[in-house]
Amino acid sequence: MNVLIAEDLYLLRDGLVHLLQAHGFTVVGAVDSGPELLKGLLELRPDVSIVDVRLPPTFTDEGLQAALAARKSVPGLPILVLSQHVEQLYARELLADGSGGIGYLLKDRVFNAEQFVDAVRRVAEGGTAMDPEVIAKLLASNARREPLAALTPREREVLEAMAEGRSNAAISQRLYLSESAVAKHTANIFAKLGLAPSDDDNRRVLAVLAYLQSRA
Amino acid sequence: MLRRYGRVATLLALLVVQVPLIAVSLVMLVLSVALGMVFLFPPQVRMVRRVAELNRRLIRSWTGLAIEAPYLPKPPPPVPQADGFYRHDRTLYKTPRIPAWNDRWKWLITDPATWRDDCWLLLDPLMKLTLAPVFLLLPAQGLRLYALWSDLLLGATANSRLANQVTHLRRTRNLATDSQAAEMRRIERDLHDGTQARLVAIGMTLGAVEQLVDQDPSAAKALLAKAREASSETLTELRRVIRGIHPPVLAERGLGDAVRALGMDSPLKVSVDVDLPNRPDAPVEAAAYFAVSELLSNAARHGEARTAAVDISSREADLRITVTDDGMGGADPTKGSGLAGIERRLAAFDGVLALNSPPGGPTTVTMHLPKVLPQHWASDLPKLPRHKMVIVGLLWATAWCPTFPQGFVAAIFKLIDFDEKTWFLALHLPEPWQWPTITAMIALGLTMHIMAIRIPAVHNRERWMIEATPTKPWCP
Repeated sequence: MNVLIAEDLYLLRDGLVHLLQAHGFTVVGAVDSGPELLKGLLELRPDVSIVDVRLPPTFTDEGLQAALAARKSVPGLPILVLSQHVEQLYARELLADGSGGIGYLLKDRVFNAEQFVDAVRRVAEGGTAMDPEVIAKLLASNARREPLAALTPREREVLEAMAEGRSNAAISQRLYLSESAVAKHTANIFAKLGLAPSDDDNRRVLAVLAYLQSRA
Repeated sequence: MLRRYGRVATLLALLVVQVPLIAVSLVMLVLSVALGMVFLFPPQVRMVRRVAELNRRLIRSWTGLAIEAPYLPKPPPPVPQADGFYRHDRTLYKTPRIPAWNDRWKWLITDPATWRDDCWLLLDPLMKLTLAPVFLLLPAQGLRLYALWSDLLLGATANSRLANQVTHLRRTRNLATDSQAAEMRRIERDLHDGTQARLVAIGMTLGAVEQLVDQDPSAAKALLAKAREASSETLTELRRVIRGIHPPVLAERGLGDAVRALGMDSPLKVSVDVDLPNRPDAPVEAAAYFAVSELLSNAARHGEARTAAVDISSREADLRITVTDDGMGGADPTKGSGLAGIERRLAAFDGVLALNSPPGGPTTVTMHLPKVLPQHWASDLPKLPRHKMVIVGLLWATAWCPTFPQGFVAAIFKLIDFDEKTWFLALHLPEPWQWPTITAMIALGLTMHIMAIRIPAVHNRERWMIEATPTKPWCP
């Protein structure tokens, strides 16, 4: 699987290259500035890209802008955005086109190699990987409102895990539930939120995220 | 009409107070200067100032002419030395009373406004009598004239305005440095108690891992996992600290998006409306951001609000921010330091905060920061008045004629004794007039060129001076 990495800190860039190579990815490029990134994304069309939000030359949100621009010309181009801080605002912008293949994680998540590589694979396959912190913020700004308040604590946990982009199998592992129990919970959640049920994991996640965003 | 006559009558009736006051003032001044009874001086000044202030107030309400008080700012209270004594010149005092009195006396006697007031008091009855016919025939014009006369002696001078401005600037600078120092202390505490302590813990854990790794690899592995977790926590902590110093989204996106991000994170339903043509300077952005952040969290915490609206707009170089919530209202700036803190932050930019929070709500806070936005000078400078533009155009169109053909070229023809006179005016004149005419032509031409350059330049500079100075001491 081809990966493009955009990160201006040499140590972190090098670390990411080694980490991904060790897990069987092919690193087709490692760039350190916004313009180079946009060029790489459009020319190399990598299976997945890992992009830092803040890049030279302006050290503002260069990486994010390049990612958004690339996805505008190539819809659904899988990109995983890394940042030192997460903002709902950025998450919304990334999810706005509703086409999946998008991830938005804190840089700390790289510490846990297994989970990080799992997230990269998920994004490459057209799924989503949202940082738990973003999801927590999204839920917090919805917390007081109906019908989210009507969810049971267990259903909330399932909703959180689902919004992060995990499949039923992954959720059942994380919450120590049987897969059928998870399926039951998700059906309940969809009924309570008034969403149309769907068997496709990715489509389901996008529906939930769109729902959460529309409320705030 | 009747009302105007009533006002004139009031002015004349005031003479009943003024004339005895003149007598009393004279006696007090003579006693305090000639006999050294200086304690009589401050009460005399106070009396006169009271009457002068009354006059200013009456004129403002009657004619709309606002006469600014010209008094120099009060001296600050005496500050004790390290040993607890108060020093005045070369004398030490146990209590602040005498130094304070000395400062006060000096302040009053050196303020030119004191003497201008006295002058006004002395001349005012004469002026009123002189104006009496005008008062009777044309009361409106009479009042107007009287207002102008009062402004002459009771109004502020460039010096007093500057002195007051210096005091104001010193106060706001002190506030700004104080709040900055407080911020620094808070950041230091956060880093010291949080991040630093956690890093020490991680270092110790790693040290333990180093010792264990050979004997007990599984225990070492467990410790390493712990260290990783701790480093994750440290990062979270650090992120919180950074957010308190300068939120990353503010640095990356500017005020508008940063406030939008705030709105999304707030438990309230916040609508954000931003209309800014260009980004304000970083310090202004930060002050505005933290003010909005504080107001939104206040609304969520105390006001039981459900929705809030933030409106950020600009008018020329002024920034205006309005935050409205539908909470309980009844916010009191004297309770809690939130609003006071915002005011302190805004004071550094001459910003003001207006709070409207009736019991039962809604609460509206309006912040106004004058002259803080960057402006594009070229487009914002007002155009030259039409008549000046015409003059400049004419100057450019004609200045070449005296300078070159009639001036320099004629001079060269004359120097090389060229016979052709063509249309060079100077060469047609009698010999003794030729050189003076040529010189005059050159001088005229150069003057015209200089004027053509100078008129727009002066206009721009005047405009710039007005823009650059908050209040304009030179044009009352």
